Amino acid sequence: MTVDRARELFGSVAGVTVTAGIASVVAQVAPEHWEGAARFAKDTLGCAFFSFLTAIDWKADGLEIVAWVDNLDANLSIQLRTKLGAGQIACASLTGVYRGADWMERECYDMFGVQFAGHPGLRRILLADDWEGHPLLKSYAVDTPHPPYR
Amino acid sequence: MPEVRALDYHGSERLTMNMGPQHPSAHGVFRAILTLEGETVVGVDAVIGYLHRCHEKLAETLAYVQYPSIASKTDYVAAMSSELAYVMAAEKIGQFEVPKRAQYLRVLMGELQRIASHCLWLGTWCMDMGGALGGGATIFLYCIRERELVLDLFESLVGARLLYGFHQVGGVRYDLPEGWTTQCRSTVDLIEQRLGEYEAMLEDNPFFTMRTKGVGIVSKELAQDIGISGPLLRGSGINFDLRRNQPYSSYEDFQFRVPVETDGDCHARYRVRMVEFRESIKIIRQILDGLPEGPISSRPGVKSLAQVKVPKGEAYARVEGPRGEVGCYLVADGTNKPYRMKWRGASFSNLAVLPHILPGCSVADVVAIMGSVDPVFGEVDR
Repeated sequence: MTVDRARELFGSVAGVTVTAGIASVVAQVAPEHWEGAARFAKDTLGCAFFSFLTAIDWKADGLEIVAWVDNLDANLSIQLRTKLGAGQIACASLTGVYRGADWMERECYDMFGVQFAGHPGLRRILLADDWEGHPLLKSYAVDTPHPPYR
Repeated sequence: MPEVRALDYHGSERLTMNMGPQHPSAHGVFRAILTLEGETVVGVDAVIGYLHRCHEKLAETLAYVQYPSIASKTDYVAAMSSELAYVMAAEKIGQFEVPKRAQYLRVLMGELQRIASHCLWLGTWCMDMGGALGGGATIFLYCIRERELVLDLFESLVGARLLYGFHQVGGVRYDLPEGWTTQCRSTVDLIEQRLGEYEAMLEDNPFFTMRTKGVGIVSKELAQDIGISGPLLRGSGINFDLRRNQPYSSYEDFQFRVPVETDGDCHARYRVRMVEFRESIKIIRQILDGLPEGPISSRPGVKSLAQVKVPKGEAYARVEGPRGEVGCYLVADGTNKPYRMKWRGASFSNLAVLPHILPGCSVADVVAIMGSVDPVFGEVDR
C-alpha cells in the first residue's frame, strides 16, 4: 500500500476528504461517517495499529476528534479528524473497530465530555467518578476550585 | 468400609478481590478489581488515575521553554524519552534546526536511559515473581547496582539522577564534561558483561521458565488493535521499531538489530528486552566513536519565557522509549505556549491490554504478566 494509493482510495470513500497535513494521509471525516472511515482505514488500508484518539477544543467552533492509526508493514500513518460542530458532544465510538479505542475514548470523555455512542462502558478513567466538569475544555479554568481540596 | 465424605462444593462461588491500589507488584498506584473463581481470574476492572496531574492542561499554561523539564515527570523512569518527544514536536512545527552533535547526544542519552529503565524493569519484575528466583531480591539488587552506574553518568552530565531537563527546543542544554566518555565506556562494558550473568541466573532456573513461558500471551492481532508498542509489540511477532522504521534524531546513522519474538508471552517480552540491552550498548559505542564536534543547540540558552515562539500548526512526534511509542501531539497557535498537547503514553496503551489477557490466568500469573508489561504509572496517569 503506497501513500498515493491510500490517498486515492480513501478519497473515494463517502464523507471523507483527504487533505494535506502531518500524516501520510490526513482524512477529514463527516461525523456521521466516523466509524465507517475508521473501518475502511483498518480493513482496506491495512491500518491495524491504533496509536491514539483525542480531542481539540476549538472554542466557538466546537470540538474536533483526532485519531491516529498506522499500517506498520507499509509505514503508512493515517490521521482521522472529525469536527463535531459547535456545542455538539456526540460522536460515534470506534470501540467496535479498534479495541484500543476503549480507554482512549474514556479518557476523551473524562477530559472533554464527549459522549461516544456505542461505547461499552463510558465512564471516567483518570479522574474520580464524582469530579465535576471536564478539565481540558477551554472553558474550564486552571484554577477551578474543587472542594474539599481547594 | 469407611464412610466416604464428598464436599459439596464445585468452586462456583465468585470472589471479588482488590489488588491494589497499594500492592507491591503494581509498580505504582494501580488497582485491579479481580473477579475470581478459586485461583482463576474471570474478570478484571482496571482502575487508574491515582497519579493524574493533568499534564495536558499544564502544558497549555506553560511556555515551550518551561515544559520540557515537566515532561520528565510523565515517565519518570525514562525521563529522557518524554522530554525528547515534546521538544521534537515543537521543533517539527517551527522547523527549528538541531545541530548534529545535539542529535547524537539525544540518541546517546536515549539509549543510556533504555539501559537504566530495563535494569529497573528486570529487577522489579523478578522480585515480583518472588522467592523462587535466587531469593527474590538478589537480582533486584544486582540490577539496581547497574542502574546506579548509569544514573551516575546522568548526574555528572546534568546534576540530577531522575528528572533531567536535558533537552530544549533546538538542541540540548549540557555538553559532556571531561572524562565522561571514558566513564561511559567502562560502564557499558561492565553492564554488558553482567547481562550474561543475569541470563544464566534466570534461564537456568526452572521456576523462572515455568512462570514466564506460555503466560500472558498477546496475539499479533490484539497487540495492534490495542496499540501496544515497544518490547510488547515486538514480543508478539511484529517487526516494528520507530528508531528503524521512522528514524528521528539521526538514528539512521547507526547500525543495530531489532529483536523480534513470536511467542507473545512473558518470556518473549523478556527476551526482546535482553537483546535490546545489548543493541543499546552497541549504539552507545558507535556514538562515542563518532561524536561530531560543534554546537549543542541552535538556539541560545533560556533567558525569557517568550524566547521560543512556535508558528501556527501541528505535529506528532513519536519516540521509541524503553516502553514503546511515546508520542506528543502538539497544536500550536503562534504564541509561546501550545494550544493543545496530547501525550500518547506508551504505558497507558500497554496497560490497556491487561483486561483482555488476564481472564483465565491464575492470580500468581497476574503478577508476572503485570511486571512483564512494565508500566510506569506517571505515564499511565499523566
